[in-house]
Amino acid sequence: MSVSLIGLIKAAILNGTPLLFGTSGEILTEKSGNLNLGVEGLMFMGGAFGLIGPVIYGNLAGDQASGALAVLIALICSFGVGCLGSLIFSFLTITLRANQNVTGLALTIFGTGVGQFAGELMRIRVGGNVTVSNALKSAFADPILPEALRKIPVIGEIVFGYNLFVYLGVIMVIVMAYFMKRTRPGLFLSAVGESPATADAAGVNVTKYRYLATVIGGGISAVGGMVYTMTIAGSVWNHQGLSGEGWVAVALVIFCLWRPINTLWGSALFGGLLILYLRLPIPFLPTQIYKVVPYIATALVLIFVSLRQRREDQPPAGLGLNYFREDR
Amino acid sequence: MTEKVPLIRLAKREDMARSRIWLIRLLAFVLALILGGLVFVIAGADPITAYSTMVAGSLGKVTGIRQVVKVAVPLLGTALALAPCFAMRYWNIGAEGQITMGAMMASFFALKMVNAMPSPVLLIVMGISAALMGALWAGIPAFFKAHWGTNETLFTLMMNYIAIGIVGWLQGGPWEGKPGSQIIPMFDEKAVLPSVFGVHIGWIIVLILTFLMYIYMTKTKHGYEIAVLGESENTARYAGMDVRRVMLRTACLSGGIAGLVGFMICSGADETLYQTVAGGVGFTAITVTWLAQLNPFAMIAISLLLAILSKGASTIQTTMGVPASISDIITGIILLCMLGCEFFINYKMIFRGHEEHPLAPTTAQNTEVPGVSPEAVKEVKA
Repeated sequence: MSVSLIGLIKAAILNGTPLLFGTSGEILTEKSGNLNLGVEGLMFMGGAFGLIGPVIYGNLAGDQASGALAVLIALICSFGVGCLGSLIFSFLTITLRANQNVTGLALTIFGTGVGQFAGELMRIRVGGNVTVSNALKSAFADPILPEALRKIPVIGEIVFGYNLFVYLGVIMVIVMAYFMKRTRPGLFLSAVGESPATADAAGVNVTKYRYLATVIGGGISAVGGMVYTMTIAGSVWNHQGLSGEGWVAVALVIFCLWRPINTLWGSALFGGLLILYLRLPIPFLPTQIYKVVPYIATALVLIFVSLRQRREDQPPAGLGLNYFREDR
Repeated sequence: MTEKVPLIRLAKREDMARSRIWLIRLLAFVLALILGGLVFVIAGADPITAYSTMVAGSLGKVTGIRQVVKVAVPLLGTALALAPCFAMRYWNIGAEGQITMGAMMASFFALKMVNAMPSPVLLIVMGISAALMGALWAGIPAFFKAHWGTNETLFTLMMNYIAIGIVGWLQGGPWEGKPGSQIIPMFDEKAVLPSVFGVHIGWIIVLILTFLMYIYMTKTKHGYEIAVLGESENTARYAGMDVRRVMLRTACLSGGIAGLVGFMICSGADETLYQTVAGGVGFTAITVTWLAQLNPFAMIAISLLLAILSKGASTIQTTMGVPASISDIITGIILLCMLGCEFFINYKMIFRGHEEHPLAPTTAQNTEVPGVSPEAVKEVKA
């Protein structure tokens, strides 16, 4: 029993890592008052280009390909493409003042299109599965900490048994939480999201904060897509694999009450719920209904949060609203 | 003059001539097609051949046109469903789920009650039950929004997944046809919508709906209440409107129409129920509604355009080997360009040194068209 429980927790954390990136990126974005519903598109783009980068590198370098470099390339490709995508969003909503909901959805359509197109095109060019060599695959998906640590009883596997991205994600989230709570720019960012007019009057450059938070947040979300394709999907392009992941990430932002630190357990919980039906079948509960549990949980959290009306649990007050100084 | 004058200032405008507005939109559309052409170049295809193949594939033959209409019908219907919600600034992004639940209810009658009544009665019962189910599905988030301000954008989104899960369960479980097939059997022909000119009569229904929605939005008390509520909730309250009731009523109407669309898809196009019955229509329709600026007649044109793109893309996938997902890219680019171009319609840019002095003639070059001067636009943010 304990072995299967450890296995379940481990699988939940691994499966939750793409969500960890997707959600924390979106939290950064939403903290600035921008509701970017394009996360689904960003993660698709990140997933496709985060694979294509290492594939091209692997083909060029042949046997000499270094795993570390491939990981770095994947990170840069996915982060870069996510930044570009959310730059489009920022330009349209911040500078051109387009509606955020609609722009986000347009970005989702565009981004899933780009991701699918790039993946399919690659498949046609390669003439088969788009993938990297086994050596490179293991650089992405294998545990990175020394064997000795993993041999520690009970906690060994559950604490030290993960691939690089789990630890990277945890560090990133802790840094983000520190940034938001303890640094001046982090507090300014909250001010911009809560009340842009007040922040503007206090001399904070609202436009700059919104641009930076949205672009970097989009980049982080896209890395989540890359983590999905390179670890969970086994470094193979599958054009259905990522669908829905970005929307779950958007939902998880609410579940985590806009606090980065909550994504640590939130993403593991959702990562677990998404695969629980495979690991822990409940008699008489159909799989399809089982799979819906995370979404019901999110809906309940939404209701609960709005019923309780605690001020610190609310979304940023300026969320989804564009700010025009001239309108004041 | 000690204060630094910014390079570009912005001012709202409401005085642009209609011809000029349409010129800007046309230019944005052309720009989108050019950007889409670049994607074809990346894919190694000649953009002009590709575009003409798309048009020929979708409009060149009668079968192509029929398929375009088939794709456009649910898109238009759902866009109409969303219009009153958006006019109210209520972000219903749950049309996908409302379509699915509507289709499920219609399918229940099509599968289980097929022998209980004659065909026309059966179809009417299917349609009504689908609309009621869609309304119920939209009503749940609206109820919470109206009473406690629960975020409707995300709640309606969650309702999509729940609906799709329920149908997935029915498809693989209680309603499964052959054991293990994971497919619901085809409807009896009594439960299938009749065709006119080779397309199920859904197209007539949505055209009637277009007209009715136009009347509803512009000529009725309900439409007026929705418009006021969309402008300002406080104004609506001071004017004595029952905000909760208006919100709930509008969301249910929206869900009802979406449910009816679900009925049309399963009974008219698919002739069975799939888990993916909505197939993304609920999301794409949001952009149709918005691009049409809530004008029902403009929605006809835009849903047809998107349908042509998607049909054309499947043609070039088979003939030119370009992945069909290019239609999503082009749709996305068109949407993004159209969203961006509204800025140039609603605002005017006043460049430094070009202020409108009382004596100087007004400057006409202030209104740049989109795409011509992106550098200038970027500096607005500075």
